[in-house]
Parts: sequence; structure tokens; C-alpha cells
Amino acid sequence: MDSSRPTARIAVIVNGKPATIVVDVRRTLLDLLREDLLLTGTKKGCDHGQCGACTVLVGGRRVLSCLKLAASAEGQSVTTIEGVAHPDELHPLQQAFIRHDALQCGYCTAGQIMSALEVVADSAITTREQVREQMSGNLCRCGAYNGIVDAIMDVKAQLNTGAHAVL
Amino acid sequence: MRSFEFHRATSLGEALSLLAVPGSHPLAGGTTIIDLMKLGVESPAALVDIGSLPLGGIELTGDVLRIGALASNSAVAADPIVRSAFPVISEALLSGASGQIRNAASMGGNLLQRTRCAFFRSHDWPCNKREADSGCPAQEGANAHHAVLGTSERCLAVNPSDLAVALLALDAVVGIRSRETTREVPLADFYRLPGITPHVETVMRPGELITHIDVPKSRVGPKSTYLKLRGRASYEFASASVAAAVRCEEGLVAEVAVALGGLGTVPWRDRQAEALLLGQPLNDETIAVFCRALLAPARPTEANRYKLDLARGAIHRTLMRSASC
Repeated sequence: MDSSRPTARIAVIVNGKPATIVVDVRRTLLDLLREDLLLTGTKKGCDHGQCGACTVLVGGRRVLSCLKLAASAEGQSVTTIEGVAHPDELHPLQQAFIRHDALQCGYCTAGQIMSALEVVADSAITTREQVREQMSGNLCRCGAYNGIVDAIMDVKAQLNTGAHAVL
Repeated sequence: MRSFEFHRATSLGEALSLLAVPGSHPLAGGTTIIDLMKLGVESPAALVDIGSLPLGGIELTGDVLRIGALASNSAVAADPIVRSAFPVISEALLSGASGQIRNAASMGGNLLQRTRCAFFRSHDWPCNKREADSGCPAQEGANAHHAVLGTSERCLAVNPSDLAVALLALDAVVGIRSRETTREVPLADFYRLPGITPHVETVMRPGELITHIDVPKSRVGPKSTYLKLRGRASYEFASASVAAAVRCEEGLVAEVAVALGGLGTVPWRDRQAEALLLGQPLNDETIAVFCRALLAPARPTEANRYKLDLARGAIHRTLMRSASC
């Protein structure tokens, strides 16, 4: 690395694994994930916070990795699409996306699922209209929006059923 | 992106010392500054990461709600006190950006976000705001999304913050620190009209940092509401928006505050126009008189004249919805 360029040493936890890495301070979290850690499931769409393709969880909350400097992720826990499935089974949200044809080309899908994880977990979001509003930061140029909302509502219904079964 | 020095501040004192160095810029959520650095519109010599400072609290002390500058837009929008005492703040925040951006964006950063004027955001064009005295293509060029209030021959750029409109209606105060000074500025005095210096957008001085926002409790606060009109249903900046709070006694207006977004170079409010409503019933006629006074200083272009109709409609709808108060 060119020594004239300012760098920062950061320690992050990505999908449960600690990583310490020296990065150019200009590196975004998105480029850190894709170029340095080779986690290419997270996609670069617009690179300006307008499309949502780069959505990941930081500290359990969905954020845009293209608008976050890697250097500012010091000490934080990051979850990408690679960290969502269980070892032998897709996450229920991933299964629901397949079941409901919630994608065509698939480029936006990782971002859609990372964003939808927070929407699924938020019990205050109950209607299709609320889901559409809450997912408005994730664009899908194939227009699979109906399938995406179907998949999210499906998983919400599964969670409700599960909760009732426990009761 | 041009290179810069990166500092991680571990205390407010350290942050203020680092920010005292010319060319330094605070980094909180980053949702504005990183975007503009990629575009080459901003190129700070140093970024001071203030993300770990303890400025994220939301606390009611006596009759004032103090919101820390680093509270996320999401956290404030979901806060139970905000939702009951000042619903307009929650509604304005939730109408802005996307879930991802609201999680990252701070309250201080929201107030300081830069305009979405396409000429400002592109180096292909001159812009008086980006580079003093270079020109303003919006005067003659595409200006359908530009301001109709508070404009000058040097700038037509709209202030994009929904939050600021809500806070203006609530008489909020911005707490500001530098290494040497501490001051509180009413939101009504925080933004500066472009005039001949459109690059100067607020009263913030070099080295200063927003530490908190104070919102005084009021009798109208719990009835406050936000209506945002825009080109698509979500994730879009306002074409016109209204933050309104009104309280009636025996059918007559006892207190009223109406602030406009999407129309002004700064969030817009006119207390003299509001005085026309005091003691009056809320009906089409009285609201029309108010709108005429409020929008009298507007200088629309052919392309953005529609914003005046949007504003009048939004004000009518918002106030009439409150008419049973």
C-alpha cells in the first residue's frame, strides 16, 4: 500500500469472525467487504445511497455499506448475506424469496434480504403498505416488488404462528 | 475521493480540538458527507469520527426534551416521548430517506445535510454554493425542483431537511459547542438565506459542532403533524411539505405554527402570517388569507410555480384536519 496515503487499522467482527485489517481511510465498508474480505454477496449498485443493493447489518441494524467508511466501523459487528443462512439450511427469508419468485436477475436480492431482516423483526410493521414503505430504500429494476412483499409477509406470518405455538 | 486524515475522537474535548484545525469536518452517520466526497463536492482535509461520543441521548428534563446530536433518525422517530409530545418530529423523520439511512443518519447531520440541487452536486456545472461567484445555472436552466421562497440571484437551492421543518414549527433550539464557546441558537435563526453568499448556509462557525437539539414542551406539540408531497410515494425529497401545530379554544385559533419544506432555500415560517389566524375559526377563507400572506414573498419560475399550489393544498388539508381541535 502506498505509504503516502493515510491508513487506519480497524478491528471488526464480520459474520461472527474477528478481523483486523489496515485500510486506506477512503475505503468504504462495501469495498472492504468485497475487495479485502472477498465477501462478494454484498453488491455495489449506485454507490451513492440511492439503491440499497449494498445493505448490511451493523450492530444488528440495516445500513448502507457504500456510505460508511470502513475506518468508522472500528469495533463494530457486521453481518452480510453470507452470514444469514444456517450451515445446512437457508434462512426462512431466503426460502420465502425463492418460494414467492421475489427476484429475477438477483442483483438487488442480497440487499433486499438484509433490509427485510429488520422489517421482519419489527412487530410494529404489520401491513403490506407498511412493508412497502419500509422497503422503499431497496430498488429492484426487474420489478419483483410484489413477490418481495409476499415473501416478507409470509415470514411475518410464520413468526406469528410460531409465537402462538409457544403460547 | 481525495485523501484526508482520519481521526477517531474518544471524547468531546478531543473532538473539538481536532475540529479546531482548519479543513476538519466531523463524521457521524456519513450519509451526506461520504456521498459528497465521492462526488468531489466536499474534500475535507481531515475527518473527525465523532461516532463513539456520548451524544446520543433523548431525555426529558422539566419542560424541555433534549435530543443528542448523535441520536439516530430511527431512534428519535421511534422514541415514545417524541411520538406523544411531538409527533411532527417522528412523522417528518419517517417521511425522510430510507430505513437504512435513518439508522445511520444523526440528528445533527440531518440539520446540516446539503441541498439536492443537481447543479450543486455535479462538477459539470458552476455553482455559487460549491464555488463562490462561479454562477448559478438554475436561474435560467432546469429549476422545477428549486426554491420559490428565500431565493436570490445567486442561488435557488432548496434546503432538503424534513426534520428542520418540524423543529422550526416547534421553536426548537440548537446547542453548539466549539473548543472555546458554547451557545444555543433558535432553529429560526440557524439557517441563513443565500443572498450573495450562498456557500454560507448556517450560522455555524469553523470548529463548531452541534451537540444537541432542545425542544420545548408545548400545548400544541401533541397535536402537531407533518404532510409531505413528493414525486413518488416514498424515499424522495419534498416537493412541498407542511409541519403544522394548531390549538383552538371554543372554535377559534388560540395557537398556531406552520412551517414549510421543499419551497424555501431555508425552512420557512412567518409568524406575522400566523397572527392572521389567531382568534379566527379555521375555514377555507381564513386559511386562504393565511396562505396569501405566507406565500406573498414567493418568486416562482415558470417551472416551479406548481409548488405554490402544492403548498396551499397541503396547508389547507393539514389545518382543516386539525379544525376539530
